[in-house]
Formats: sequence, structure tokens, C-alpha cells
Amino acid sequence: MTIKEKGQVLLEIAGLKKEYDGAVVLDNINLSIHRGEVVVVLGASGCGKSTLLRCLNGLENIQGGEIKFSGKSLTDKNIKWQEIRQRIGMVFQNYDLFPHMTVMDNILLGPLKVQKRDKKEVLEEAKVLLERVGLFERRDSFPRQLSGGQKQRIAIVRALCMKPEIMLFDEVTAALDPEMVREVLDVILGLAKQGMTMVIVTHEMGFAKAVADRIVFIDAGKICEAATPDEFFQNPKTERARQFLNIFNFK
Amino acid sequence: MNINWGFIVSSLPLYEKAAWLTLKLALWGISASLIIGLVCSVVLYYRIKVLERLVRAYIELSRNTPLLIQLFFLYYGFTKIGITMSENTCAIIGLAFLGGSYMAEAFRGGLESVSKAQIESGLSIGLSNMQMIRYVILPQAFSVSIPPLGANCIFLLKETSIVGAIAIPDLMQVTQDLIGIYYQTFEALFMLVVAYMILLLPVSVALTWLERKVRYAEFGN
Repeated sequence: MTIKEKGQVLLEIAGLKKEYDGAVVLDNINLSIHRGEVVVVLGASGCGKSTLLRCLNGLENIQGGEIKFSGKSLTDKNIKWQEIRQRIGMVFQNYDLFPHMTVMDNILLGPLKVQKRDKKEVLEEAKVLLERVGLFERRDSFPRQLSGGQKQRIAIVRALCMKPEIMLFDEVTAALDPEMVREVLDVILGLAKQGMTMVIVTHEMGFAKAVADRIVFIDAGKICEAATPDEFFQNPKTERARQFLNIFNFK
Repeated sequence: MNINWGFIVSSLPLYEKAAWLTLKLALWGISASLIIGLVCSVVLYYRIKVLERLVRAYIELSRNTPLLIQLFFLYYGFTKIGITMSENTCAIIGLAFLGGSYMAEAFRGGLESVSKAQIESGLSIGLSNMQMIRYVILPQAFSVSIPPLGANCIFLLKETSIVGAIAIPDLMQVTQDLIGIYYQTFEALFMLVVAYMILLLPVSVALTWLERKVRYAEFGN
């Protein structure tokens, strides 16, 4: 299988460099993400994969290189992050729903207050999305009344309701009990089928294999290997990737 | 036991009037100190240059001087340099000056309890700074701040008991006058205790109710 050439380049990362107090966390990252493509970023803890994701919507500033989103440079000094972030959805490891708002208010906040869209229309969309993740009956619950898996599905709906062009998933199942992982991953698989552009950081290898168009393996802040899932999992080219994959094999 | 009930009944109107005055001063003082506290805490939270230093200086000055001396300064001191204010104005300014710093600390505790993750979560849906404050930070901070804010309200209401020092006929002052004139010490002090209880009990109950109502933030996300 070759890399799917789905559409034009949506997100282009060139020579990205990120430092924390002089320590290089990401170095010379080059990656183009096409519309409709699902890129899964793998790597050991602390290799910089979450940081990479956070650079893409400006939660981290970068020290070198360039990120272009839809042809627009995100390293421009006058960049309006508020506008960009409406088009880049992000879901975090710890859900980070707003605890003082009901599920519905969590979902409506962005579309109504930031995007100033029509309430009726957004409600209708929220209903469709909530039904799709099987949580429409929980619309008036508070986050504290939901399980981790339910919270994470709500967090995904909250991001989707902004109608983003790309979704970033930052280890969204890492904080979940094993039996809740599936319900969240199924939602993401569904999105992939619909052609949503996604960058996913995960430790779930089976899921990565199933959902990815392309695997990017990061080690010590550098892209070590980029390949289709079949190539990467069956025949990794680098020694480091082989070591990494071995961790997940029990015989 | 020899209690003069007739005296108690006859001095009720005096206490009622004094209680209203005490309540009025406390309400103005507390409202002003809440506003001062909120502004100061925001300055500290966002580390706004220059202002931050000013606020810190104010908080130290306010917390490390007794209200009695602040009142004397406002009432007897300022008039000597040409700034004369009515005793009620002085009492309200004094309470606000003292309470502002306490409220600032209470608000700041709440603001700092809002996690970075919550803010990033708000950023990722494109909230502006003002929207972040209004929809994410303040509601959560408020919920955490309610208990100390409530304690401060009760503290300030009690602190009004020294405004008699600048000749305001509040509950304490009325009691002292009655003792001086009629020598009914027990009855007058008994009425004073009851009057403060009547003022403070509803406040305590209301605050407990409010605390329970807004305690959503502590239940995880």
C-alpha cells in the first residue's frame, strides 16, 4: 500500500525546532499532512510527540522552522491564533471539559461565543454528534457525573462542533480504564472513515495500525521513520523502531 | 438572678436603629472590598507591571495595620490636612481598605486554583482572553473562593464593632452609652450579643447555602 494522496497539503511542517530552556525537544521536523489523511505519531514517552502536537495549535511556541496551515504561516508574528484554533480541533489526554458546565454547555461554548453561530443550528449539530457517540441522553449531565470514556467522547464532540478542518488527538486514551479505550477509539475510527484529517498521538499499537494512513515514528525529538502502517509494523527500517515495537510483543 | 426586662424592652428601638446602621456600613464596606479585592487579585494573577507592586504594597499596608488605627487616620488625621469626611464615609473607606486586601487574597487563591489544562482547553476552542476570564476562569475561581470570601464578609461585619471610636452610634457604641447612663451592664451587653447574632446568623446560613450551590469545580472534570 502506498501513502494515500487524498488532497492538497493542509498542514506543512518544515524544519520545526522546539527548545525548553536550551534543551532541544524537537529538531528539524519535516512533515506534510494532506487533507483527509490520518497520521499517527508514535514514540516512547518523552520523545516529543505531544509537544509536536501542541506546537501545531500554538500551545507551544517554536524556536525555528515553519508551520503552514492551509497555506498560511503560523509562525507569522501577526497570526491570530484565536481564528486558527477554531479550525484546528484538539482533544487532550485528561479530557479537560469545563467542570462547571453541563455537557451541552461545554459543547456550545465555542460555536456560540467564539464563532457566534446560530443557536438552533448548533443545537441540531450537537444533537447529531452526541447521538453518533451515543451520549445524547447525557446532554444535561455535568462532567463529574460521567465516566472517563464518556468524558473523552464529549471532549471529541466539543472539538468537532467547531467544524475543524483537522483534529489533533493527544494520547486521548492514556488516562482511561482498558474497557473504555475501545468506545473512544471507535469514535475516532468513525471519523477516519468520514475522511477527517487527523494527527493522532497514541500508545495503542493495534489502533494505530487500523486507523493510520501513515505512521511517523519520533525518537529523541527527531522523525526517525515515516511509513505506511504495513511497512512500519512488519518491516521497520531503523533499529530504534524495531526496539520500540519489540516492547509491545510478548511471546 | 435579677434581670431588668423592662429596660431591655424599652431600649429595643435604640438597638434596632443601631443594628441597621451597622448593617448598612458593613454592606457598603463589604461591597467595596469585594470590588477592590477582585481588581487587585486580577492584577496579581496577570502580573500587570507597576500595578502589581502597588497592589502588593497596599496589601501589606492594609493587613499589617489595625482597623482602629486606619479609622483614626481617616477621621482625625486627614481632617488636619484639609480632607474632612463624614464618620460614616470614614468607616466605609476603612472597612473597604482593610477588607480589600483580604478579599484579594481570597480571590487570588481561587484564580490560581484554575488549572493550566483548563486554560489550554479554552484556548483550543478559540476563546479570547476576555471570554476565557468570563466563561472559564472566573466561575471556577469563584467557586473555590466562596468559603474564604464568606469568612471575610463575616469578619468585616464583626469588625464594624469598633467604628464607635470615631463617634458612630453603632451597636457597640449604643451599648457603651447605655451602660454609661443607666448602668444596666448585663442587659445592655446581652442585647448586644443577641443583636450581632441576629445580624450574623442569616449571613452564615446564606453563605453555607451558596458554598454548596457553587461547589462544582472541586468535583474533577
